Amino acid sequence: MKRRDFVKKTTLSSLATLIGAEIVYGSNLLEGYNLVVLQDPDPFKMFNKNKEMIVLNDKPWNIEAQAHLLDDKITPNSAMFIRNNGLIPEAIDAKKWTLTIDGESVVRQKTYTLEELKSKFEHHTYQLTLECGGNGRSEFNPPAKGNQWTVGAVHCATWTGVRLRDVLEDAGIKNNAVYIGYHSADQHLSGDPKKEPISRGAPMVKSLQDETLLAFKMNGKEIPLAHGYPLRLVAGGWPASVSGKWINRISIRNIIHDGTKMTGTAYRVPCEPVAPGEKVKDEDMCIIESMPVKSLITYPKSGAVLNDGTSLNIRGHAWAGELEVSKMEYSIDFGATWRECPIEKPANRLAWQHFSASIDFPKKGYYEVWAKATDTQGVAQPMLLPGWNPKGYLNNACHRIAIKVT
Amino acid sequence: MTKEEEFKKYAKKVYHLMILAFSIFIIAGGATIYYMNDPNFSSFGNNQEALVVIPEEIDENLIENGIHVRTGLVDGVGLMAVVNNCTNCHSAKLVTQNKMSAERWNETIKWMQETQNLWDLGDNQQIIVNYLVTNYPVTEKGRRENLTNIEWYDLEN
Repeated sequence: MKRRDFVKKTTLSSLATLIGAEIVYGSNLLEGYNLVVLQDPDPFKMFNKNKEMIVLNDKPWNIEAQAHLLDDKITPNSAMFIRNNGLIPEAIDAKKWTLTIDGESVVRQKTYTLEELKSKFEHHTYQLTLECGGNGRSEFNPPAKGNQWTVGAVHCATWTGVRLRDVLEDAGIKNNAVYIGYHSADQHLSGDPKKEPISRGAPMVKSLQDETLLAFKMNGKEIPLAHGYPLRLVAGGWPASVSGKWINRISIRNIIHDGTKMTGTAYRVPCEPVAPGEKVKDEDMCIIESMPVKSLITYPKSGAVLNDGTSLNIRGHAWAGELEVSKMEYSIDFGATWRECPIEKPANRLAWQHFSASIDFPKKGYYEVWAKATDTQGVAQPMLLPGWNPKGYLNNACHRIAIKVT
Repeated sequence: MTKEEEFKKYAKKVYHLMILAFSIFIIAGGATIYYMNDPNFSSFGNNQEALVVIPEEIDENLIENGIHVRTGLVDGVGLMAVVNNCTNCHSAKLVTQNKMSAERWNETIKWMQETQNLWDLGDNQQIIVNYLVTNYPVTEKGRRENLTNIEWYDLEN
């Protein structure tokens, strides 16, 4: 009997699932009755992003720009990539938000409210290039594990805040300090409260730079939630994962910070070059510091068709991690010949620089415009993929757009 | 009750259940056809602002054109093992973006078990890995690929 009841029940309920609910009751529902589980939130509305942004992942949220969306000299929120390792914290009360400075190498552990940070320390504003360490990962062969970023995991907004140095010095830095490690309010995907989704940091020398900020404003406004509201560490020119979001604690460490995604293979590349696909032991992987020289053609959008005899104006940005870009070139013949074009000075150190050129094509046909930046140490972008690495970081190969002259 | 009587009784029950199921099917089918022609149910006249049309993906395991609608995963042997084990913590998009060999998927599973609270997959592990390498195979990309999916447009000067 019991078995039959069970069969009957399951039969009916699966029938209801299959047919009943949708058609009989489903079509006319009272407004406000929201089937949350079944409806995808609109990320473009939720994060105020341009509709042409590409969603790579929706749990956790990872969204990138396309090259032509990054045309502004100062990146607006609408075109800024989102990279999350965990779940975005909810119900943040900025009035109650605190930042604690602790760790083995702090002189006296201190806790500041946001208000205290803002009133006690001098404010500074810098335009800072933040690029995901894995930007360009999609091109590696054999493929590398992780979100398959193409070209759009980079932005250069203005950030306003207090210098990390000023705050660390206020708490006191012991002589044996090596590294800082941040801690944030985001949640681990597994829901395990004991796990941190990400807790990275930077060596003292980077932490004490003028441009390394504890920021509370982005482009003159409160930082959008997805970008770290109410407090974000911003360390321009380094993998953007160093710029921790939703920061509530910074530890001054007497060792290289060993938080989540500092160890193993995360944000590390082989200390010595390896062949594509080669296995690398964890201890032979070295932490990425400054990002390499790179550039992006942001105008026109790839795929432009123009009439024979008209010249093409291109423009874009170039950046070089801790360094500056000293030379910008483009090629319309796959690198057989290069032409130099003007590159502006950065708004400040660690901000990207703008280039532009006017190009004449010799005859009708299919072209690609390739852009190549060279840094102040004479290192240029490769046309092919740079050294393969297991996690697919640091792809700074030349960006190119397709053009047809008819 | 004799065995025959008992059997008849249950047979009747099954018969009624089938009638019920068939009726629901007919009603639902009729409603579907009606819905296709008049999705707003306008002839009922009460489709004012108080009513909204809800999205159609009610069946969470609906498969359309070979795609599992809820997750976007390709239909294939082992699909539900992947849905049930690999889309709880993270989106299926993280799975489908990645193209890996069986060896590297197994390493990734081990890493998730060691660091991300993934459970022991038992016999499902092989089913999952087979599904992934079959439906999301590694493609040879070389040192630099051709530009693809170019959307051509006239550039106004």
